[in-house]
Amino acid sequence: MSTVPEPLAAPAPNVRLFPLGDAAIVLEFGGGISAATHAAIAAFRARLVRLPCVGLREMVPAFTTLTVYYDPWLAGENGRYAPYDRVASQLRALLATTAVAEAATETAAVEIPVCYGGAFGPDLDFVARHTKLVPAEVIARHSAPDYLVHMIGFAPGFPYLGGLDAQLATPRKEQPRPLVPAGAVGIAGPQTGIYSLPTPGGWQLIGRTPLRLFNPAWAPPSRLQAGQHLRFVPISAAEFQRLQQHES
Amino acid sequence: MSLNILRPGLLTTVQDLGRHGYQKDGIIVSGAMDATALRVGNLLVGNAEEAAGLEITLLGPKICFEADHLIALTGANLSPTLNGQPVRLHRATWVVAGVELAFGAPVAGSRAYLAVAGGLATAPVLGSRSTYLRAGFGGLHGRALQVGDALPVGNPGTVGQQLGQQLAEGAAAGWAQARWAPGPELRPKSARHPIVRTIRGPEFATFSSRSQQAFWQQPFTVTTEADRMGFRLQGPLLERETTAELLSTAVAFGTVQVPAGGQAIVLLADHQTTGGYPRIAQVISADFSVLAQLAPGQAFRFVEVSLAEAQALYLAQEEQLRALRRGIALKVLT
Repeated sequence: MSTVPEPLAAPAPNVRLFPLGDAAIVLEFGGGISAATHAAIAAFRARLVRLPCVGLREMVPAFTTLTVYYDPWLAGENGRYAPYDRVASQLRALLATTAVAEAATETAAVEIPVCYGGAFGPDLDFVARHTKLVPAEVIARHSAPDYLVHMIGFAPGFPYLGGLDAQLATPRKEQPRPLVPAGAVGIAGPQTGIYSLPTPGGWQLIGRTPLRLFNPAWAPPSRLQAGQHLRFVPISAAEFQRLQQHES
Repeated sequence: MSLNILRPGLLTTVQDLGRHGYQKDGIIVSGAMDATALRVGNLLVGNAEEAAGLEITLLGPKICFEADHLIALTGANLSPTLNGQPVRLHRATWVVAGVELAFGAPVAGSRAYLAVAGGLATAPVLGSRSTYLRAGFGGLHGRALQVGDALPVGNPGTVGQQLGQQLAEGAAAGWAQARWAPGPELRPKSARHPIVRTIRGPEFATFSSRSQQAFWQQPFTVTTEADRMGFRLQGPLLERETTAELLSTAVAFGTVQVPAGGQAIVLLADHQTTGGYPRIAQVISADFSVLAQLAPGQAFRFVEVSLAEAQALYLAQEEQLRALRRGIALKVLT
């Protein structure tokens, strides 16, 4: 880092550092899924963009972690340093001087239409049995909240959402499906999300949206961005077909 | 100038060293599965190491060169021939217009690379020419090669031109190969019982001590569910001592993750950017080539090394690549 940052009033909460292989380091922010953790990660990420550590390749934010990919060759400077130790010490120094940001400003929720159950959501009945709710109540509870987009990951434009009704939490499938269609809306443990591409996946599928979430010709290519809010709006199968035709 | 595809092979794709900087948008890195092999091939033809080449999987394509080209074949030995005659891997090779490149039976490894002086000149998407099969972009129309495709080739740089001129004089029979090759340290090591070195993954400690021991002591086999995204492995049942669900977080090339069924999956070049399964281990960068060259049905073992050892091995491999680059620069000076 080129300059020594000024100390700020409130340092980031406890952050644990550990390696993900020999070319990445994970910063784990405590506190579980929360808007506060999201804000702390966003604040640190913004700071690391301005004051990059040596060998920085890219950063991947998640619910409670920021994974920093680095080039061990550059970080080690021709064998003068142990690459991991060098990157870790620079990140710790930056953490010590990064303040926890205020929660992100509220914006209007993006509406995502979803056709629940049946062929669109083959695991709706499983989720209902697991949660001891009737399927209609699962749908009502799933489409009630404004969810926070914590991160985009797993596939292009795939949003990981915070705000799922705790009673809807359902474990992943023991064996992932070989192919989940684009637009499938699922639950995995305490998380809910939308598949953006046909891909293998282990989430419990409760519905499907006809909207595309990703297009390499869009700028940015992802419909949703981290920090936004979204709401699921239940639609009929007929409405699904109409919107799907409109999308293609 | 183009490469004309007469037969596509099993899975032949345009790849470079990957699409970096977009994992935060969920866009995977892609790139060559055996990046070292592609880098060596590019160096042999005077390209930048990150130039795009062809990744050829198990059953190779048949390709006709429309013009004279300097090429190199690296990685797996898939019995390559030029105009029907066997050709050596890891050599700068001059081919004249009309020569046909074909492949036979896989002998060692599963992924070969064709580097061409000037690099493959398909349109870059988000800074890379790598083919992202699942999302359908990058490479040639976002897909594997098909019969009748014509792959554009860029203009060779000074090093590629000079290396080509040195060989062109001896290419009366249609092609000629350099007498020099990189040292054995930069060529694939074929082993009957391959070893893949790993460091402990973030969730290693949450597995039962019995599963931890089994992971290092028992062999794993690559199943037929093996593609550029990852290999599903068959091996000892790996059980955690907790049933707590994990929050999705970043995963990387070489991450060994274990779904609830207890059978490990190792992630490769087209791995998803994030995942939610416990990560028992992480393959070291210096052994990505060994991993990428495994074929379905092949057995291997994971061996534990420390993070410090892993990084030292990576730096040693990078130094070997730099030494090769210096050696080739000297050849065109003399």
